[in-house]
Amino acid sequence: MSMLELRQVSKVYGHGAAEVRALRDVSLEVAPGTMLAVMGPSGSGKSTLLTIAGSLEEPSSGQVLVANQDLAVMSRNDKARLRRQLVGYVFQDFNLLPGLTAAENVSLPLELDGVRARKAREAGLRALDGLGLADRASNYPDQLSGGERQRVAIARAVVGDRQLLLADEPSGALDSGNAETVMRMIHAACRQGVAAVVVTHDAQLASWADRVVFIRDGRIVDQTAPAAGPESLLAQER
Amino acid sequence: MSVRHALLALLSEGPKYGLRLREEFEAGTGEVWPLNIGQVYTTLQRLERDGLIESDDNDERDSSQKRFRITVEGDRELAAWLRTPPDMSSPPRDELVIKVLVALRVPGTDVREVIQAHRRYLVELMQQWTRIKEADDGRDLALGLAVDAELFRLDAVVRWLDAADGRIKRAASEPPVVTRHDLPRLKKTVVTR
Repeated sequence: MSMLELRQVSKVYGHGAAEVRALRDVSLEVAPGTMLAVMGPSGSGKSTLLTIAGSLEEPSSGQVLVANQDLAVMSRNDKARLRRQLVGYVFQDFNLLPGLTAAENVSLPLELDGVRARKAREAGLRALDGLGLADRASNYPDQLSGGERQRVAIARAVVGDRQLLLADEPSGALDSGNAETVMRMIHAACRQGVAAVVVTHDAQLASWADRVVFIRDGRIVDQTAPAAGPESLLAQER
Repeated sequence: MSVRHALLALLSEGPKYGLRLREEFEAGTGEVWPLNIGQVYTTLQRLERDGLIESDDNDERDSSQKRFRITVEGDRELAAWLRTPPDMSSPPRDELVIKVLVALRVPGTDVREVIQAHRRYLVELMQQWTRIKEADDGRDLALGLAVDAELFRLDAVVRWLDAADGRIKRAASEPPVVTRHDLPRLKKTVVTR
C-alpha cells in the first residue's frame, strides 16, 4: 500500500526548439509513515515532481496515484477535494496569508472543505499546540519569527486528517537550529502515519528521510540503500 | 582527541578518583569517539609527572584508587589548549578529491557518475548520524554537538561534490583544461602561545 505512487511520469514544457523535458520516466512510491527525500540541484525537475505529485500540475505522460486513486480519471472537483482532504504543502517561503492569524491560517483549509468554523478552529489550535505554538495562535505572520512561521505552515499541512505531506525546501530560509526543529516535526508527523516527500538540494535536510532518491536532468539516477541502524556507526573503532 | 586535555577538563570541575575519571571519560565522549581506556591511566601518570595534576596519596601505586586534582599549571595548560586552533592551513591529502581529479583523465569515465557514487555513500552516512540525533531527541548536549560536527563535515563534502558536478556539466561544452601544476599551498601558520 502506498500513499503516493508515480508510474513512468514525464513532463514536457513548450514545443519544438523551446521544448524542455522537466521529468523523464520518473517512478517512485511512498508508503504511509515514511519520509522520502528527492535530492537534486536547481533545475533538476524536483519541484515539478512535487507539483505533479500534489495534482497542481498534470503530467505529460504516466500515472499519478494518491491513496491508490488514479488522478487521471478523477474530475477536477474530485481532485480539488482530494488535495484539500489528504494533501498538505510546505513551501520554502511559508506561504501564510498575511491578513490571517496563525490559528486562522491553520484552520482555513478545513473551513474551505466545509468543516464548521468552530470545529475547524479547534482542530487548528490542536495542530498548533502539537507543534508548541499554542501561545502564538492569535499572532499574525509578521509577528512571528521565520522558524515559527514554518511551524505554522507545517501545522496547516497536517491539520485534519492529511495523509500526504509535500514539502519544497522546507527549511531553506531557516538557520540550522530552526531547520532541525522543522525536520523533527515532519519526521514526527511521519511516525504518526503521514507519508512525506521532501524535495531539497540540502544533504542535511535529506538525511532525515528514510530513503533518498537523487534526481538529475529530470531523471531519477540513484537512491540510498535501505536504512542501516545507527549501531553500525557506533560500532566502528577509530 | 587529546586524552591528556580531556582528563584535565574533567579535573577542572573538581578533584576526582581515577575510577570516576575513567567512567566520566567514557560517558563524556558521547560514545561517538570510543577510546582506549588503558591510555587513561598512563596519561594520568604523565600528567602528574609533568606537574599538571597532583594526587592526595603519593604512595598509592594503583591510579584507579588515587584522588587527583588539577594544578594551577594544569589550569593554564587547559585554557591555552582550548584556544589554540588546530592546524587547518595545509589541505589534507583528500582521497575523494584525488579520485574525482583522476576520473577526469580516465578515458570513457562518466565523472558525474563517479561523483554520484560518492554522494550516495556520504548521504547514507549522514542518514545514520541523523538517526542517532533523532533518537536522542536533543537531550544529550555532547552527543548533539559531536553528531552535528560529523554532519557538517560530511555536508561540506557533499556540497563540494555538487559544485564539482555543476562545474563539470558547464565545462562539458568547452574542452576541459587539465592543470599539471601543483595546487597552490597556503603559508603554514604556526600558532604560538
